[in-house]
Amino acid sequence: MVVRPGPLSTVQDLGRPGYAGIGVSTSGAADRGGLSMANALVGNPTDAAGVEMTFGGLRLRLTGACNSVSVAGAGAPLPVRVIGVDGGKTERPWGAPFLLAAGEQVDCGRPTSGLRSYLAVAGGIDAPKTLGSRATDTLSGLGPEPLSTGTQLWIGMDLPRRWNSKRPAQPDVKPGGYLSTAVLRIRLGPRDDWFSPAAVQTLLAQEWTVTPDCNRIGMKLGGAAITRERVGELPSEGVLPGAIQIPPTGLPIIFLADHPVTGGYPVIGVVLRADIDMAAQIRPGGKLRFRLG
Amino acid sequence: MPELRVLPYGDQGILVQCADLKTAMALREWLQTHPVDGQAELIPAARTVLIRLDPEVEQGAVSAQLPSLGDLNSPITSRDPSAPVQIEVVYDGPDLGAVAELTGLSVPQVIRAHTQTLWVVAFSGFAPGFGYLAGGDSALVVPRRQDPRTKVPAGSVGLAGEFSGVYPQASPGGWQLIGRTQAVLWDDKRNPPALFVPGILVEFVRVSR
Repeated sequence: MVVRPGPLSTVQDLGRPGYAGIGVSTSGAADRGGLSMANALVGNPTDAAGVEMTFGGLRLRLTGACNSVSVAGAGAPLPVRVIGVDGGKTERPWGAPFLLAAGEQVDCGRPTSGLRSYLAVAGGIDAPKTLGSRATDTLSGLGPEPLSTGTQLWIGMDLPRRWNSKRPAQPDVKPGGYLSTAVLRIRLGPRDDWFSPAAVQTLLAQEWTVTPDCNRIGMKLGGAAITRERVGELPSEGVLPGAIQIPPTGLPIIFLADHPVTGGYPVIGVVLRADIDMAAQIRPGGKLRFRLG
Repeated sequence: MPELRVLPYGDQGILVQCADLKTAMALREWLQTHPVDGQAELIPAARTVLIRLDPEVEQGAVSAQLPSLGDLNSPITSRDPSAPVQIEVVYDGPDLGAVAELTGLSVPQVIRAHTQTLWVVAFSGFAPGFGYLAGGDSALVVPRRQDPRTKVPAGSVGLAGEFSGVYPQASPGGWQLIGRTQAVLWDDKRNPPALFVPGILVEFVRVSR
């Protein structure tokens, strides 16, 4: 049961690919590797549902018939502790599984670096599936409501068919956390021909700042504006996570998991698949650079 | 006629640019029946089809599998027009008068134009289940409203550009509203949940209430 939801906590799995044709984007964990890692740490399949926290802050109590359950966190590292039935508090390591007994609470602080943290429980979070997924899509409203105080979460049966006795891989977050300036590899296109070479340089040469206007749909960047060479309107076209769209302000928007299926502004470049998770971990006020990759 | 233009979409797919909506619709249909290697998903739009590819698929190899324009059928004539989805509409929308003025038609002529041709779902976007219907009477081409509404009720039937559409849920919107329907455009429990899936034909039928 949710004792305290934190700023924004949602149920996420790896989303619902394949429905863009009817207006639904994939959604799912913004940092897919982070959720997969949390799942691996408790022995779940990587696509089981867990909780995605933005800026941490979640507190859950284990209630019901369950005697104990294995819990682990991954993604943005944060201080986590178990609060016993008697109120005693015990620190637990981030990025390693630990047991939570009936009546105990798991209490997450604020991440020391990064933005989105994942909490997995053995068996996964059970919630009704919409189009094959339990993910909360904050744009379309599909999936469970964001967590609030008193929300009951059910533990599922998403255990791997064959138990993997090998120790799961360690999270690839260094003890120091995420870099202070993230470098995202991109490829230009599909609409880089709407911009002059100088404008492309404006994109590549500067250090961008992530504005407070960032959520699971996308992140708006601040910096020197990119001017468009071609005038006129682009008929809306399909977009994917990692697309860097340039609206009339000239300030880029990087689309994340809950992006709209189509967009009407030119996409100057697209972040490589492997670097989208990192983009989703940059906080408002954080810095990033783009590099051709 | 210009050939299809293939544009890169990072390492996730390719965006195929077409000369017009008809070609884009025909390309989507072709790709649905002749998927390229590693084709994970199609995201059709007004002039483009975005092909999302499985990881590790070589984009160049995929481009070589695209059809030439001669391979593409006309999206509307290739369909059996006998069984369109029928949408019953009460034509009392708040913008019906404005549409009549913009098109130079009378209100009854607007309604006749909207109901007399079959429409085809070209693509989706904006919201789950919101289909952009094309192929209507060219007399009905109207701009969006200057002043978008902050709340358009579910079931509102609208026009914008060359398209018609029905709002599946209440939402903000800038389309010119000409009527309303009781049809359920989106139902999570249905398979598929959307009534309007790209490629299907739609017929609007006038009802009084």
